[in-house]
Amino acid sequence: MVAAPDVPRASAEALLRSEPAKRPRNMGQILRWLLLFIGGILMVMPIAYMISTSLKWPHEVYNVNLIPEEPTIENYTYVLEDGRFYWWFVNSIIIATITTICNLLFDSLVGYTLCKFRFPGRTIVFIAILSTLMIPTEMLVIPWYLMSQSFGWLDSYWGIMFPGLMTAFGTFLMKQFFESVPDDFIEAARIDGLNELQIWWTVAMPLVKPALAALAIFVFLGNWTAFLWPLIVTNSVDMYTIPVGLSGFGDEADVAWELIMTGAAISTIPTLVVFLIFQRFIIRGVVMAGLKG
Amino acid sequence: MYRNLTIRQKQIVWAWAFLAIPVLFYTVIRFYPTGNAILISFQDWNLLGDRTWAGLENYEKLWNDPVFWKVFQNTFVYLLLGTPISLVLSFVIAYHLDKLRFMHGFLRMLYFLPFMTSAVAMAWVWRWFYQDVPIGLFNNILASFGIPQIKFLQSTTNALPAVLAPAVWAGLGFQVIIFMAGLRAIPQSYYEAAKIDGVGWFTVLTQITIPLLRPTIVFIVVFSSIGFLRIFDHVFNMTTNNPGGPLNATKPLVLMIYDTAFNGFDMGYAAAQTVVLFTILLIVSLIQLRLLRSN
Repeated sequence: MVAAPDVPRASAEALLRSEPAKRPRNMGQILRWLLLFIGGILMVMPIAYMISTSLKWPHEVYNVNLIPEEPTIENYTYVLEDGRFYWWFVNSIIIATITTICNLLFDSLVGYTLCKFRFPGRTIVFIAILSTLMIPTEMLVIPWYLMSQSFGWLDSYWGIMFPGLMTAFGTFLMKQFFESVPDDFIEAARIDGLNELQIWWTVAMPLVKPALAALAIFVFLGNWTAFLWPLIVTNSVDMYTIPVGLSGFGDEADVAWELIMTGAAISTIPTLVVFLIFQRFIIRGVVMAGLKG
Repeated sequence: MYRNLTIRQKQIVWAWAFLAIPVLFYTVIRFYPTGNAILISFQDWNLLGDRTWAGLENYEKLWNDPVFWKVFQNTFVYLLLGTPISLVLSFVIAYHLDKLRFMHGFLRMLYFLPFMTSAVAMAWVWRWFYQDVPIGLFNNILASFGIPQIKFLQSTTNALPAVLAPAVWAGLGFQVIIFMAGLRAIPQSYYEAAKIDGVGWFTVLTQITIPLLRPTIVFIVVFSSIGFLRIFDHVFNMTTNNPGGPLNATKPLVLMIYDTAFNGFDMGYAAAQTVVLFTILLIVSLIQLRLLRSN
């Protein structure tokens, strides 16, 4: 569906090249820096206010000050003791993790096969998988729902996960990256007597680790934040994922804004922490996946 | 038996062994449902009763449904406001950020952070910002300057831009990063040559930078267009009391599909709407890919 611009992979590296942190010299550069800094602060304001409000006492919630006067974790205690958020969090972790592992295995196996094997039907399989990029998820939810209903998959982990276990995006991404694995390596491994499964796993996979990491980030984030399909397929509160649960929680009568902000923070902080730890790595992955996928 | 095969035959066996499960998956989970959705769009079915053949009835109903035309219009307003705004903003940010070295990584992080958030969580945060005094942040700030209050989500004119804002905000960081990668890919020698010729910055921007960024621009336009045409999470969560309201002023096509299928259980009608969405997405991406190919 999306055409990748022909930007060499080097540009992902160039983006992260560490250059001396020269201080701005002239007025123009100082002004440019200041404006970008203010813009950047405004960008993170919604996140900052979400976290700040989750740490405020009810009487202070509607003050516009960013730093709580007396920070409290009372809201977190309340929300977690309620129990529901705990389960939604666990559900989301399980679903996002299993889906990510499945995508890493299957997308790379299919990408590898389409890239390194010559066999009848190869072009057809490739075009067929690629063409699914054109089909929007929204068109499939009704048939998926009917399918889940007739097989009893509604309101189960499998029901939430099955549509995303493999993606054409991931397959295409991995195929692109396997192009860079030299055929000689594979030939050599064959001569050494490894079977094709072993060659894929022990020779080819380690060489595309950066791509696997990029794919893992995209799939995990996508499933962690997925809303439409989990909303449709789940109906008992215990099976909700975090976004579905938060949506219903916010909609309850008389629920206080600081508690909604706490729920929102619980659903956002994990991905933010992961990002802050693996920042360079994630940005490189996003560029690679964005440009190659 | 396997031992007697030639190397080439063994390869074919392995390839199909690797592809067996994925091919089954794509057939059952992607292709069959696609066909099924198209089929259901020609049927009349409320999930409980019989499925009866309806011919083009659902499409005729859609054509004559004033709500559909309102939704159709909203969907394109999301696209036509969201895509240019996020394109220009992200280009301006990336262009200037690319020229700075001081605390570059920190600034980049600030712009990218919203991309890592969940749409549902942030929809609720923004929804809180938009509330009236004394609750909402925006109106509290306006009030402290003595500026009259603004109705954000309750107004039929303001609600759509108010819902769009967090969607643009969340996607900006991704586009900035892609633009910066595109900018870094332009060979420095072009700029050096321009410098020697004494060309001004504006000419450099319009004659070198933007033309050479064309593939990146097309990628971002296609990517964000598809996103805005499929907007759902933000709208649903910011208007849960009256999804798509007030008076359908914010309702996009995906929300109408969800409503028709899972609140109204009119599966045939909802399926027809999904076929329309599919067609719109197809046409928009084909037009844009065509633009990429020309020149």
